[in-house]
Amino acid sequence: MMYSEKVMDHFMHPRNVGEIPDANGIGEVGNPVCGDIMKIYLKVEENIVKDVKFNTFGCGSAIASSSMATELIKGRTLEDAWTLTNKAVAEALDGLPPIKMHCSVLAEEAVHKAINDYRVSAGLQLWDYKEHDDIHAQVHGN
Amino acid sequence: MRKVYLDHAATTPLHPEVLALMCDFMRDTFGNPSSVHSFGREAKKFTQEARQKVADLIGAAPEEIYFTSGGTEADNIAIIGTAMARRKNGNHIITSAIEHHAVLDTFKYLAKNGFEVTLLPVDKYGMVDPDEVAGAIRKETTLVTIMHANNEIGTIQPIAEIGRIVREHGVVFHSDAVQTLTKIPVNVDDLGVGLLSLSAHKIYGPKGIGALYVRKGIRLQPIIHGGGQERKLRSGTENTPGIVGFGKAAEIGGRDMEQESKRVQGLRDKLIRRVLAEIPSVTLNGHPEQRLPNNANFSVAYVEGESLVLSLDLDGIAVSSGSACSSGSLQPSHVLTALGLPHEMMHGSLRMTLGRANSEEDIDYVVESLKGIVTRLRSFSPLAQPVRA
Ligand SMILES: Cc1ncc(COP(=O)(O)O)c(C=O)c1O
Ligand code: FES
Repeated sequence: MMYSEKVMDHFMHPRNVGEIPDANGIGEVGNPVCGDIMKIYLKVEENIVKDVKFNTFGCGSAIASSSMATELIKGRTLEDAWTLTNKAVAEALDGLPPIKMHCSVLAEEAVHKAINDYRVSAGLQLWDYKEHDDIHAQVHGN
Repeated sequence: MRKVYLDHAATTPLHPEVLALMCDFMRDTFGNPSSVHSFGREAKKFTQEARQKVADLIGAAPEEIYFTSGGTEADNIAIIGTAMARRKNGNHIITSAIEHHAVLDTFKYLAKNGFEVTLLPVDKYGMVDPDEVAGAIRKETTLVTIMHANNEIGTIQPIAEIGRIVREHGVVFHSDAVQTLTKIPVNVDDLGVGLLSLSAHKIYGPKGIGALYVRKGIRLQPIIHGGGQERKLRSGTENTPGIVGFGKAAEIGGRDMEQESKRVQGLRDKLIRRVLAEIPSVTLNGHPEQRLPNNANFSVAYVEGESLVLSLDLDGIAVSSGSACSSGSLQPSHVLTALGLPHEMMHGSLRMTLGRANSEEDIDYVVESLKGIVTRLRSFSPLAQPVRA
């Protein structure tokens, strides 16, 4: 199995690493059983993702996907950020090995969860989001 | 950049003397050992010498050595060959939960084809309890197979004791000694085995060659049919360069074992000591004493094994992991699972297996590199709060 240079770059030098103490949107996905835990912190101001940081426990692909996802949504409107897909994350990383695609799904889900967490606390309506439960079950077998 | 190979349980480089002999042999001796003419006789002479060397290494007679394409095929012939040959006596076979897939998947195959299978559990160190073996044997049992030492955690099983029990019941006893050969003494009489699997590429020999020891008197049904080579047990023109290389590797491995195992164990002990002392929240998997002299297997809490392997690789260090994310199946290693490790600890598993080329400086380099890597990965692990500065 080979990772692209982009993946290795984001793995070794992940962008936007850390926590935001006064985050107003937090999304945590994954669980210790299937191996991946991703936590995304958002600081939303005037409908814009002013700052975003992440913490990830997972493989190289999970770490690189988190890093890339934060880059892709930073400075964007919430509506724009909401359109983030795992495919976009994988493409921006110059592709992921097929067996590692689900790690990018985690990044997509964490971003959506964080945005909805913000919307709840801001008294806004939740946006509809369908989790890719199927993909997790398929690859991790539980 | 410094290169440090710490994956000798996966495979080893060819010993220079093995390479030299194989090159000469491949250039000069192409004959088919089954041929009557001088070319064939010359090749046969080489393969018989190699057979003698492999036999000498394990205290067997040369006619008890059957060359195969490796450890996997030796395991398959031993298990399927016994189960089929003794089918009239019963259809029950026994092994442990931590065997190599060459054994476990062969058991699965036989289970699908009407055999009854018992998988014995292991304790938290990966040890099989001989009493459990005794308890599992029934009158329909035809085969017990327990590996000599485990390839992931290095735990060495009480094979001699298990062998005594199995023999008392008149059951065939097989052991996979792929990982122990040339690292600790492997003698077929001391171990009390009827069948023993060996592989060359773990002992600085070539890949694609191994052997099955078959004690005189044990009959096996072949699984590969054809020209009747290897006294009809394993048809197919012999991998003569492989056999010759295996023989040489066996000779060197036997000659150097005592000294080399002691040297490697010293390095390994230092590695374990330093890693456990200098990196917080790391544990050792496997048995503290009954383990292969070259094996270290750690669980690093709060980080994932694949990211450890990748990071070490970027520092020129080759290791492996049993974590779910680093396996093709995305399932954690069945060995670590059988130990009852918590999921978090399986995720951070790291196997380092030492060998001939490793030095004192390598160990220092690896420890320093690992320290930095673990600190970095924990700095953004959502689980690592307890150990972060
Ligand atoms: C314990 C054990 N048995 C069997 C094998 C398979 O040996 P080979 O690669 O020669 O088929 C290995 C090596 O992968 C092993 O470690
Ligand atoms: S986090 Fe498990 S494979 Fe990526």
